[in-house]
Amino acid sequence: MGRLRVKNNLLEQRIFTGRVTVAGAIVALLLFTILGRLFYLQVVQHDYYADLSQGNRIRIDPLPPDRGIIVDRRGTVLAENTPAYQLELTPEQVPNIRDTLTRLATLGLVNQDNLEPLYRLVRASHKFRAVPLRLSMSDEEISRFAVHQHAFPGVEIRARLARYYPLGALGVHALGYVGAITDADMEKIDRDAYAGTSVMGKVGVEAAFEDLLHGTSGYRQMLVNAEGRSVERVGGAQVAVQNKRPHAGSDLAVALDAKLQAVAEQALAGWRGAVVAMDPMTGDVLVLASTPGFDPNLFTRGISSRDYRALADSLDRPMFNRVLRGTYPPGSTIKPLMALAGLEYGVIDPNYARPCPGWFSLPRSSHRYRDWKKTGHGHADMRDAIATSCDVYFYALADLLGIKRIHESMTHLGFGVRTGIDIPGEKPGLMPSAEWKKKAYKRPQDQVWFPGETVIVGIGQGYLLATPLQLAHATAIIAAKGRNFRPRLLTGIRDPVSGHWQRIAPAEGERVRLNDEANWDVITEGMLRVTESNRGTAFGALRGTPYHVAGKTGTAQVFSIGQNQKYREADVAERLRDHALFVAFAPAEAPRLAIAVLVENGGHGASVAAPMARAIFDAYLLGKYPAPKAPAVAAAAADAPAAGQEPVGD
Amino acid sequence: MYEDWQRSKAQRAFTQTGEFMRRFNLDTQLVVGLGLVMAFGLFVLYSASGEKLALWEAQVARFALALGLMTLIAQIPPQWIRRGAPAVYVLGVIMLVLVALVGDTSLGAQRWLNLGIVRFQPSEIMKLAVPLTCAWWLHERPVPVSWRDIGVLLLIIGIPAALIAKQPDLGTAVLVASAGVFVLLLGGLSWQVIAGGGALFTAAAPVAWHFMHDYQRQRVLTFLDPTQDPLGTGYHIIQSQIAIGSGGVFGKGWMNGSQAQLEFLPEHSTDFIFAVIGEELGLLGQAVLLLLYAFVIGRALFMAMDARDTFGRLAAGSIALTFAVYVVVNAGMVSGILPVVGVPLPLVSYGGTSAVTLLAGFGILLSIHSHRKLVR
Repeated sequence: MGRLRVKNNLLEQRIFTGRVTVAGAIVALLLFTILGRLFYLQVVQHDYYADLSQGNRIRIDPLPPDRGIIVDRRGTVLAENTPAYQLELTPEQVPNIRDTLTRLATLGLVNQDNLEPLYRLVRASHKFRAVPLRLSMSDEEISRFAVHQHAFPGVEIRARLARYYPLGALGVHALGYVGAITDADMEKIDRDAYAGTSVMGKVGVEAAFEDLLHGTSGYRQMLVNAEGRSVERVGGAQVAVQNKRPHAGSDLAVALDAKLQAVAEQALAGWRGAVVAMDPMTGDVLVLASTPGFDPNLFTRGISSRDYRALADSLDRPMFNRVLRGTYPPGSTIKPLMALAGLEYGVIDPNYARPCPGWFSLPRSSHRYRDWKKTGHGHADMRDAIATSCDVYFYALADLLGIKRIHESMTHLGFGVRTGIDIPGEKPGLMPSAEWKKKAYKRPQDQVWFPGETVIVGIGQGYLLATPLQLAHATAIIAAKGRNFRPRLLTGIRDPVSGHWQRIAPAEGERVRLNDEANWDVITEGMLRVTESNRGTAFGALRGTPYHVAGKTGTAQVFSIGQNQKYREADVAERLRDHALFVAFAPAEAPRLAIAVLVENGGHGASVAAPMARAIFDAYLLGKYPAPKAPAVAAAAADAPAAGQEPVGD
Repeated sequence: MYEDWQRSKAQRAFTQTGEFMRRFNLDTQLVVGLGLVMAFGLFVLYSASGEKLALWEAQVARFALALGLMTLIAQIPPQWIRRGAPAVYVLGVIMLVLVALVGDTSLGAQRWLNLGIVRFQPSEIMKLAVPLTCAWWLHERPVPVSWRDIGVLLLIIGIPAALIAKQPDLGTAVLVASAGVFVLLLGGLSWQVIAGGGALFTAAAPVAWHFMHDYQRQRVLTFLDPTQDPLGTGYHIIQSQIAIGSGGVFGKGWMNGSQAQLEFLPEHSTDFIFAVIGEELGLLGQAVLLLLYAFVIGRALFMAMDARDTFGRLAAGSIALTFAVYVVVNAGMVSGILPVVGVPLPLVSYGGTSAVTLLAGFGILLSIHSHRKLVR
């Protein structure tokens, strides 16, 4: 039989040691071979390869991608690219960067004030890549530079595509704008993908979808001689020149309707305010207007610090996006939502008519919460209380509900929570609660939630703050009977290669469910009476529309009036006047548009805000457009000269 | 007096370090060697990546993770590793099959398995699972290795290697296969069989050629004559040699390599980083790095010889030699004496999961070494 096979550890160990020794020797031999090869390359052949590498003096000419264009829902172009001449500097070829910049400033080609930020930008850039110093040059400036070009090695004028917004200030707070890439931006971006690109999206759609819009840079390698001039190499060393084509960015379709946006901005002209209109069945934001606005083309040309200061320091805050970031007391516009909470928690019967003496007091308190109508509204049931905006009814309702339940139901309707719109910067507003107050205040005596604070939340005052976007969103939820679509601007993406449009499906959030779905109809009926009953607060503003509008007016106090004072509008400084609000959807039976209008210091919602909403409904539902006027542009920005370069950032 | 106190303080610090390392089953010499290689790598990467701090930080994070994993594995008794190896192997093969069926395609090759949270490359696991499973198989069996055992081992090696080569990822397939073959060679395969196998392998070359992907054939052809295709595949080799050759003995200086900084040299922070070292730090820099590698390999082989049982010896030996293969294949291809296969310079090249796998392997080595007295 065969040999007996057993483990022999000693034998194994001996074999193993032998094998490892051989393996170690082989590894050592291989490493020496490599070292020998390196010696051959680096010592024996050094001169040859040093020559070749010197021959490799090339310039990388970046080929920036075409930024995707942006169109509205009808295909109107909102942002496109047009040719412009820009001044560029390649750091590697400039002997003294600081000196070069200073001399360019004395020629008036770069702004004296921007020397330091420009220097930092150049230092943060890739040595071998051109950095834009000026984004847009006039013919006169181009010829002025041409005369002195010999004194500026490494500085060149090149034709590039620049961003252009054909409609100017229209929709600027939705679209945003592109501005020069600053040295701070440099830290955040992939410098390879942005080679040759001098601008990037700063706010709005331009910033939110920067990745889609930008694309990827390509490059062309050029062999250059010692003076940096391009040369053709014939024969000689096998030096390969590589080219990479840029990949264009995607075109985007946004939900905006430029014609409707123009109607809204025209209506708002002269006021500080905001209008949002959205399709309650998709979340498409058709109008996102915040006035005053500004011309985004200022930024694409490289805004001067003087122009920028004018915009940033204006008391009217043209750069402030009131739709997303303005938080206001929603005033009476929340009354339908309060009514809904009352119905849902079963604290009130919609048909019960409550007397309204013109004031409300909590038990064991002498403090009188006044109605906006001194004489009161007589007896009003829920629908009438909404129609007449009876404060007393909602003071009492809020007291019955208590802050906890109000907080719960209002949070479901989006108060105190960001709507999740697809552009950045949105504020969540504030939906107060006892817990919130405990956290927000330091001193124990401030941490107590008083019943009186609940009472005024009932009419949308007190701590409660909401953005116009949240008001439009909540209105859209009522219109859609609980369906909850995330407000959105992006509706389509076009692939730059195939040219195929990809539709983006609406993003539907969790549906707001009621114990009794018929309650939606109760508050909608109340909102219908606002515009159709002759006691309704917006009866005058929306009289005679062929479509039915469910709406609610609001007038939000900017400062409080003393207990026994009288309030006379004319006496109050303009900035302290009430904010005017109006929310509505139409047609009430099959809603197509939900609107929120806010006019800062506008006075009354019914007289100022409601007509603006009507103009938009008329245009959208009937095709009736008002005669066009000049669009609202911040005065300071419009008449300032458009020369300069570096934006100071936002 | 004071000097004595000073000296004793230094001594105490030294012995304390030693105790600390011992407590965590770490081998001071090996860990210091690995640390020096990684430090060298990070130094070069900063320049090679074009001063991109984000990329550099990512590498530091990856190293930290890998070192943590290594220390963790070093605490596991080698018996557990041995018993666990076949299970991991089987799991790995299943995942490789899954990749072949449903894997994500990246750069034209299917290597990734998308697990929802992380995209995962099962072939990396096989770099360790294959040699460990081979060592597990031979653990109980006597020398010389029987024909039946050779057959089983070739199957253990062949299945994953073929699946990986099919992805196609020739570099990893070579690494996986060689890791397994090392176990066979170290395990006492007789010299006659080795010679015969070598002859058979050479004869099989034309057959292999038949099964190669076009790009793999192209690489071999270009390797034989790079000037044939200076704009295409030969470009890497030419530019890499220009980079190294132009560096000279002392190099052009850190961050001053025009080949790399001008982006003449492709993949200068990943597979071709050795050329950047040659260009910027010269022959001296490359020699220092090779010396550090030699030290790590030597120490690892010594630790393998010190192991007390078959599994420990074979696993440790194979891990040490696989590391050597990384170094030799990468340095060889960058300096133009081996064809271009996608093998990174270990612990220096940016990215990849290779740093994690390599240090996990060293963790196993440390576990075998530090538990050798407890193993019967």
